[in-house]
Amino acid sequence: MEIKLKLNGRAVTGSVDADTILLDFLRQKGCLSVKRGCDTSNCGLCTVLMDGKPILSCSMLAARADGHEIYTLEGLQEEAAEFTGFIADQGADQCGFCNPGFVMNTIALLRENPDPSDDEIRAFLAGNLCRCSGYEGQLRGIRTFLESRRA
Amino acid sequence: MEQKKHREYKAVNKSFRKKDSMQLLHGKPVYTADVTPDDALIVKILRSPHANAIVKSIKTDTAKKVPGVVDIYTWEDVPKNRFAIAGQTYPEMSPYDRLILDRHVRFAGDAVALIAAEDEKSALKAMRMIKVEYEVLDAVLDFRTALDNPALVHPEDDWFPPVQVGGDPKRNLVASDCEYHGDVDAILEDCDILLERTYHTKAFNQTMMETFTTYTSLDRYGRLHVISSTQIVFHTRRILSAALGIPKSKIRVEKPRIGGGFGAKQTAVCEVYPAFVTIKTGRPARITYTREEAQIAGSPRHEMEITVRLGAMNDGKIRAVDFYTLSNTGAYGEHGPTTVGLSAHKSLPLYTGGLEAHRFKFDVVYTNHQASGAYRGYGATQGIFAMESIVNELAEHLNMDPTVLRDKNMLKEGMLMPAYYGQIAEACALDRCMQHCREMFDWEHRYPVRDMGGGKVRAAGVAMAMQGSCIDFVDVGSATIKLSDDGTYNLIIGAADMGTGCDTILAQMAAECMDCDVDDIAVFGADTDVSPYDSGSYASSTTYITGKAVENACTELKKQICAIAAGMMEGEEEDVEFVKGGVRHIGSGQFISLQDISYKVQLGNSIPAVATASHSSPVSPPPYMVGMVEIELDKLTGQVEILDYMAVVDCGIPINPALARIQAEGGIVQGIGHTLFENVTYDEKGKPMESSFMQYKIPTRLDMGNLKVEFEHSYEPTGPFGAKSIGEIVINTPAPAIAHAIQRATGVWHRELPITPEMIAMSLVE
Repeated sequence: MEIKLKLNGRAVTGSVDADTILLDFLRQKGCLSVKRGCDTSNCGLCTVLMDGKPILSCSMLAARADGHEIYTLEGLQEEAAEFTGFIADQGADQCGFCNPGFVMNTIALLRENPDPSDDEIRAFLAGNLCRCSGYEGQLRGIRTFLESRRA
Repeated sequence: MEQKKHREYKAVNKSFRKKDSMQLLHGKPVYTADVTPDDALIVKILRSPHANAIVKSIKTDTAKKVPGVVDIYTWEDVPKNRFAIAGQTYPEMSPYDRLILDRHVRFAGDAVALIAAEDEKSALKAMRMIKVEYEVLDAVLDFRTALDNPALVHPEDDWFPPVQVGGDPKRNLVASDCEYHGDVDAILEDCDILLERTYHTKAFNQTMMETFTTYTSLDRYGRLHVISSTQIVFHTRRILSAALGIPKSKIRVEKPRIGGGFGAKQTAVCEVYPAFVTIKTGRPARITYTREEAQIAGSPRHEMEITVRLGAMNDGKIRAVDFYTLSNTGAYGEHGPTTVGLSAHKSLPLYTGGLEAHRFKFDVVYTNHQASGAYRGYGATQGIFAMESIVNELAEHLNMDPTVLRDKNMLKEGMLMPAYYGQIAEACALDRCMQHCREMFDWEHRYPVRDMGGGKVRAAGVAMAMQGSCIDFVDVGSATIKLSDDGTYNLIIGAADMGTGCDTILAQMAAECMDCDVDDIAVFGADTDVSPYDSGSYASSTTYITGKAVENACTELKKQICAIAAGMMEGEEEDVEFVKGGVRHIGSGQFISLQDISYKVQLGNSIPAVATASHSSPVSPPPYMVGMVEIELDKLTGQVEILDYMAVVDCGIPINPALARIQAEGGIVQGIGHTLFENVTYDEKGKPMESSFMQYKIPTRLDMGNLKVEFEHSYEPTGPFGAKSIGEIVINTPAPAIAHAIQRATGVWHRELPITPEMIAMSLVE
């Protein structure tokens, strides 16, 4: 079937099967930041924004994105750049495989709650698994960013 | 306890960003699946539903007719030479007990057939249409019953051990040995107290976020070109050569960025499958394991059961330890004979201060479980859980502060370690780590158990840890450094940055040597066609071993640059010296910039401006660590909440303190995971239960409390810039420390991991 959507600000059309997962469709469209980490909607690596809300693209049929607006990290580079350097300064990027999903969800968090507390950060990002960093460095990075913005 | 002085560094011992940070954080295409073409054949594996079975017949003709299917391979199609997929230096300690596809399938998940198709859907459709008839055999599902079990995991006659390690496949035995120092029995007899305890740890999964994945194709010379998410490019080349029966000169293995490894990718888990398909079809092929495959057919930690007999005096002096480890290697022997050694070699030496005698006996057995492999800690994690737990039990028995008990017995700098190959602890700040952690944690006030009301109790626990910094006399690290046109450098390595930051750390060392900015060092790795030989990134060795190779290569390159500059000044090499940005004539003060030298390299020059050095070490200096945890335990539900985890690490001089800290924090959280949540169980037929993240629960950011990691420096004379290792040790303290805190809160020792709320609650039922 044919679908039409807005991907990273551009109109995109695609021919998909009824069972094509949005994650796979996005990777086919060159959005390689979207990663698969599990088969069970548990890891958060494939997080993208649909109509501004974070969703797991592994749990969404491509067909359901028809008529909607999707943003992947490819389309939000500048917004991400506001805080990613602070994560890098902590060395908390590590292997990086979870980073795109984590960064996308952090963007969603900061849009919704521009000055979150540590507990609000932990709760919002709880679905984004990371096996390398132990999470504390990611938290320090976000906290340093928020402090720099307040200063 | 004054720390040794070292000179001020400019590039090392500084927290630089990882060189790839911004690429990773911005989601750029850098991983195997991102950087390889899409038009490859998709390889899928039909896996055995039985734990132990013979493939009586297999029919693929109908499945082959599925549109899009290119071919299907079974045991009849593959070479008949057995090999090992463990990433180890040749000759490997691991037995050659695998075929690419074997008629005898040895665990639920073992490979039965390979499907190569144009797309995944066709491959999966064909998989369902392959008809297999199995002769189901009795399976060995409890490793305590494996030895001399009538059911044999490897009855075949062509089982081959490249090194004799006391194995006998006719007894399900992969390796066994016994070593001792002093008269253990006599000293145990002479002790006031003898404790005997048994501890059990499971086959925990690394769960790196990127599963196993490999792409293979034929290159422009018709050679097999492998792009894989691997920690071991050179070992993988050798393994593929053995498995496929083609010369190494016909194989090239490279790695792009790696989405985590933790040892899982120190085994060539999936490389042989697409490689075989590419050799058969001549076409590019790709395999990416699903999370389920990574869970059930990966390369997890060795399940171990460790019985410790510990002899001590009433004043707390620990005099003798008798240690027996039974290790479950699963269906294949990867890393079996080697991981087991660390269970004692990297736990007992912590008590060198008091220990007069020790004995270490072990058996490593085959079972019909998923094959185990290398996972961060590599046996030390299991051994330290046992050793540190029994020391905590002794403290409780003596009613003595467990940190004071350790002060009395611990290893101190300068001691010879009989339980650690007779090596000397040249750099050891373990005592300072303990003191530092005690103060930072406020042990005095948090160790006493506090009732918080409502059934909730707060309690604390402690553990020490050690690891190695390489495999002494075995690991080889190499580095090539060359002067580039503009006076900057290229550093080429065979070690594998899997997120650890070794590319950056090694560049920092090169920048320190060449007196330049870290940005002036471009790093490339790893590619068997290009990189100088390196064992790969494992055994915590890259900083310590490859780092020293970088230092040595830089020394050599500086000599070459001086020789070229001396020629330009019409002087002798000894008249000039390498200085920041160029070379200076000592007598006249004349200065030639690196940029001018690098132009000269390309003009009528016959002195190379490229140096390669290799390094190996006769010692493996241990890093040390102390971890302390405070928990709040709900006695009604058994729920354990980690409040604070604090640790102090001695990794020598940390080359990049920020990255060292993240290593420690990440390792601690992995340790919290296998202590409290991550379980591995099999059903009665030998099928693994925790086959997805639904059942195998790794910690989220709500599960780890507040982490605080600090460092005590020591200076390791054999390491680059005083460095030791950091990568593995950091996973070792949580299990014994948390088990200790749980006992403090409940009065019950849990000697099996994980310690789930259910186990805690059930242990408290009156």
